[in-house]
Amino acid sequence: MALRLSDEMVARIRGHAAETYPYECCGALLGRDAEDAREVAELLPLPNRREDSPRNRFSMTAEDVREAERAARSRGHDVVGWYHSHPDHPAQPSEYDRELAWPWYSYVIVSVRAGVPLGIVSWRLSDDRRRFEQEELEIASVSTAVSAVSSRP
Amino acid sequence: MPVKVLIPTPLRPYAEKQASIECEARTVEEALGALTAQYADLRKHLYTDDGRLRSFVNVFVNDEDIRYLKKEHTPLREGDTISIVPSIAGGRGVE
Repeated sequence: MALRLSDEMVARIRGHAAETYPYECCGALLGRDAEDAREVAELLPLPNRREDSPRNRFSMTAEDVREAERAARSRGHDVVGWYHSHPDHPAQPSEYDRELAWPWYSYVIVSVRAGVPLGIVSWRLSDDRRRFEQEELEIASVSTAVSAVSSRP
Repeated sequence: MPVKVLIPTPLRPYAEKQASIECEARTVEEALGALTAQYADLRKHLYTDDGRLRSFVNVFVNDEDIRYLKKEHTPLREGDTISIVPSIAGGRGVE
């Protein structure tokens, strides 16, 4: 199942990553699983709570997660995943990402080099927790047809 | 004590899509044990290989984080709700 989000949302994720560079940004993806794709209806940018090493790590508190869940429920959505940035690093999950990941969620990662956002890729943790599997990204233009993208990290 | 354990969305595929279970438990440890006994596939996502609750798994009894109570030994009362709340973290991790 692909992850579907609008080009406007992709632009906002890239913008958030550029704005917080050289620190990692993060946020929630709110939406639902439709028959043919996981659809992201809204983004919820969240603060990176890692004060000791925000250049290469991000974290959200349990309260941040609960807030995202409340926001999703109030709008008739679920939290379907999370996004974060990798400053000066590919949009590919690290071992650290894998150790801390939850199954089922879509993990969108955007690479930022010297403040310029580059590749954006979505990933899902395998059932056995041993690896991430790249998820097809469908970027829907607000005014035109859907285009399927499998970006290089 | 009869209590309810709420299952977060990312773990429901491993719990026959259930959003919660009801069980008899005297402590948080017993409640989570009942959950993983019923749905064994949950275990690897909640616990490390050496049997400790993963650091990114937050557990609340009603609205209190068990880290500030007695952790997994937190006693339960009839009607308590145990919530499993993900911590979300990661990053490129290398310097």
